[in-house]
Amino acid sequence: MTSAAPASSETSRGFLGEARYPGIFGWIFSTDHKRIGLLYLWCIIAFFCIGATLGVLIRLELWAPGRTIMDAQTYNAVFTLHGVIMIFLFIIPGIPAAFGNLIMPIQLGARDVAFPRLNLLSWWLYIGGAILAVIALFTGGGPPDTGWTFYVPFSTHTTTNVTLATVAVFTIGFSSILTGINFVTTIHRLRAEGMTWTRIPLFTWSLYATAWIQVLATPVLGITVALIFAERVIGTGLFDPAQGGDPIMFQHLFWIYSHPAVYIMVLPGMGVVSDIIPVFARKPAFGYKAIVVSSLAIAFAGSLVWAHHMYTSGMSDLAVMVFSFLTFIVAIPSAVKVFNWLATLYQGSILLDPPLLFALSFILLFTIGGLSGLVVGAAATNIHVHDTHFVVGHFHFTMFGGTGMAFFAALHYWLPKIYGRMYDKAVATVAWGVIFVGFCILYLSMKIVGIMGMPRRYWDYVPEFTGLNQLATAGSWILAVGLVLMFVNLIRGVLYGAPVGANPWGGATLEWQVPSPPPTENFEADPVVTHGPYDFKKAGIL
Amino acid sequence: MTEDPAHIVPYRTFILVWLTLLALTGITIGVAQVHFGALNIWIALGIATLKSALVIAFFMHMKDETTLFKLALLAALAILAIFIGLTFFDVLYRS
Repeated sequence: MTSAAPASSETSRGFLGEARYPGIFGWIFSTDHKRIGLLYLWCIIAFFCIGATLGVLIRLELWAPGRTIMDAQTYNAVFTLHGVIMIFLFIIPGIPAAFGNLIMPIQLGARDVAFPRLNLLSWWLYIGGAILAVIALFTGGGPPDTGWTFYVPFSTHTTTNVTLATVAVFTIGFSSILTGINFVTTIHRLRAEGMTWTRIPLFTWSLYATAWIQVLATPVLGITVALIFAERVIGTGLFDPAQGGDPIMFQHLFWIYSHPAVYIMVLPGMGVVSDIIPVFARKPAFGYKAIVVSSLAIAFAGSLVWAHHMYTSGMSDLAVMVFSFLTFIVAIPSAVKVFNWLATLYQGSILLDPPLLFALSFILLFTIGGLSGLVVGAAATNIHVHDTHFVVGHFHFTMFGGTGMAFFAALHYWLPKIYGRMYDKAVATVAWGVIFVGFCILYLSMKIVGIMGMPRRYWDYVPEFTGLNQLATAGSWILAVGLVLMFVNLIRGVLYGAPVGANPWGGATLEWQVPSPPPTENFEADPVVTHGPYDFKKAGIL
Repeated sequence: MTEDPAHIVPYRTFILVWLTLLALTGITIGVAQVHFGALNIWIALGIATLKSALVIAFFMHMKDETTLFKLALLAALAILAIFIGLTFFDVLYRS
């Protein structure tokens, strides 16, 4: 992709061996985007493991009706914690903060992000928020039990420590906003010579669309949790009808952020898939501009559909119709992406390496999740499935089957670049298979039991649902085994894997033109970009 | 852009803007005392929009910025207006 690709020693430890301060301080005070990216990455993986463990415990409790391993109050706290950790600490920062930081500046031909110190502050805010969330578990009235949605009036009246939890979410929200500002500025201002807008890799394009949502929607989350705080501490009455307030207004405010947030979660995942598929199909991305426009269209249209979470809340019938209609519009740009990925694969020379396997499972699982989203998004069918396990199955298909799989694809695709070592591909393929099977058993069972009428967030259920719940729980064990296998294999690869060269996959984007691991300043000389991101012929790959 | 001496704004302008903001606050309070039905909220939002526009244009120097910054701000404001507008499909038509 560049006419000035540097080629320093392949065995160099690059940025991993050059720290400004000794020991851990070389990490937590580093302003290098790659070090900050790795800080995020390992914290995010740690939180994912905690969240996944809580998820397995939830499934274990649902093995049989009545008490299995925990009482109802603990169950409420565990699913709340599972949701808060997975949403705010794993999936929202997952791809943008970790891989965005690691890869995006290199893809643009930049030496760092536009505001490196602000970038470090973002990580500190993220960790600060996470620490506050942990403190909230053990102080006040105990762990919050509201679910991650903090719905009023329960959240303003429960004696559990919701107050501190809202401060934690507020803090983490600021981290997200600052990352968004940093990325928008970096993409506008720090592109290398020749890196025109139509030569930007699709992963970076998806981060651009995401960053705008982060900047525009996250402040609404800050306002919303600040209002819960005010309601609990000084009793403002904004959501209390007895004082002239409106509880449904809380749901509007919450979902004005939290629906666009699902696109903050999934758009970067789509970007990862858009970058991986051309490399492993050995073909330029089909419909590059259509994919770019669809990312921006999803970011825009996805911001206008929040009230489809509220059909049964008592809001006006007109609003139900308007939001149901708007919801269907989002399906169009999403489908544009899926068809473009498939068209890219068509007649390609496909290499079924682990990154592509995860990317392909993204397409399948996200499509199933997206189509079940239409069942939930249509006002009529929504009334039947609202607040059932069908919804839980649906969003796990989109979020875990979508973003989660994309995150794993990104790990398998870019970790060899970051650490300069390759994991065992055979073990990675087996782990992928186990994860895929466990995933389908777990969440398909949830969808079916949900259609049968099992409500979400219930500790107990009628005996008729036992069989499917046990199947789902067995699926969670298979999934957990697959995840352990995958992480162990990746960590072994990072520590002991065979060294790889600069370009183990044959990518044409700029990150594959620098050594693995990349040097601190990324490029020895500023690169000059002379062709598009998937032009394998001009890059000399084909 | 604030480093550019050509864009130094005289105190007189700032004081005038400040007085206008105070007057608009007065109008907001005054209008709230009169019952205009659904119009009350639109008047309040209109005045609030005007006030923020003045703050952004003069105190935050957006008046002297480049088109790119103005467009970025406009995008944010348009999204905010759409958020508020769509919410009224519920609030105004609830039975």
